[in-house]
Amino acid sequence: MCSVQGIFSGGIFQKKLWLWLFLMAFLSPLGIILPERFNAQDAWGEWGIDAVDKLLGFIPEGMKKTADLWVAPIPDYSFGGENAALATNIVSYIISGLVGIFITSLVMIIIATLLFRHEK
Amino acid sequence: MHIPDGYLSPQTYIPLYGASVAFWGIALKKVKREVSVRHVPYLAMAAAFSFLIQMFNIPIPGGTTGHAVGAGVIALLLGPWTAVIAVSVVLIVQAFVFGDGGITAIGANCINMAVVMPFVALWTFNLIRGSSQSGARFVAASFLSSYLGLTAAALCAAFMFGIQPAIASTPDGRPLYAPYPLSIAVPVMAVEHLLLFSIVEGIMTVILMRYFMKNEPSLIYAIKEVSYDKIHLEA
Repeated sequence: MCSVQGIFSGGIFQKKLWLWLFLMAFLSPLGIILPERFNAQDAWGEWGIDAVDKLLGFIPEGMKKTADLWVAPIPDYSFGGENAALATNIVSYIISGLVGIFITSLVMIIIATLLFRHEK
Repeated sequence: MHIPDGYLSPQTYIPLYGASVAFWGIALKKVKREVSVRHVPYLAMAAAFSFLIQMFNIPIPGGTTGHAVGAGVIALLLGPWTAVIAVSVVLIVQAFVFGDGGITAIGANCINMAVVMPFVALWTFNLIRGSSQSGARFVAASFLSSYLGLTAAALCAAFMFGIQPAIASTPDGRPLYAPYPLSIAVPVMAVEHLLLFSIVEGIMTVILMRYFMKNEPSLIYAIKEVSYDKIHLEA
């Protein structure tokens, strides 16, 4: 039956896959180091409100009202705020990767447990 | 292509929320019927994988960044409805915990990356693969599935961005939300995906399909001869 402990109880193949996933979390800082190295900016259409102001010379009215609707606990996968040092961001990114593995798999296990609760 | 808060007008994001909820409802029913309990660890891994692969931002030197999503390969390995659930969970967690993608745009982002992408990927794969289990045709099917899947998702996002100036502007013509029209949004997002991000997504899918064909071919949804429904009836 599915349970939180059960997700690691699969065979060697499944254990290997989990190892790969954790390895990905530790390699994830490449996802900020490479863009910095090649001087690449935000994804297209994902600019913050200040960047929009710079691009257009104004902030669209509707955008101004809704852009900062939500304050995320770990904004942009970083614990250091907008001007954090690269080292802080690297550590933040690894922690974010681990937090992401934990929360997304936990939610999936909960959904699966509810879906399959009548099965053995 | 995580649309942030403030980029879509309510007349765009509200119907897209409705569409997403409808797909989630169908997906939960399908997963319950099609997926066996012993596959539950793979459901968790699928979501974790999609979350992690999206952290690997790929730079266009001096330009923007983008990333793979993983929804295509999840659809091939575990079925499109599993991909709908797993990638939606990822997008919701990204929005609430990491501020990546807007809360108001969750419906829009789920339609693009968790619905359009896995289905385009699976349809493309089936169309090209024929009955091959290896070789050039199988590799081409794997690559193009996710190449087209991610590109289709990007085009949908570009369309959502691009229609905003036309449907939500001030009387003097200033945009209220996303400022760039279709004539800018679509070519920009199409080109950056066609030339870089979707290629990465395709290569990743080829590598993972090879890995699973070698190690756990019985798992792979897209090459199963009999449908899950039939297995259920016989069991």
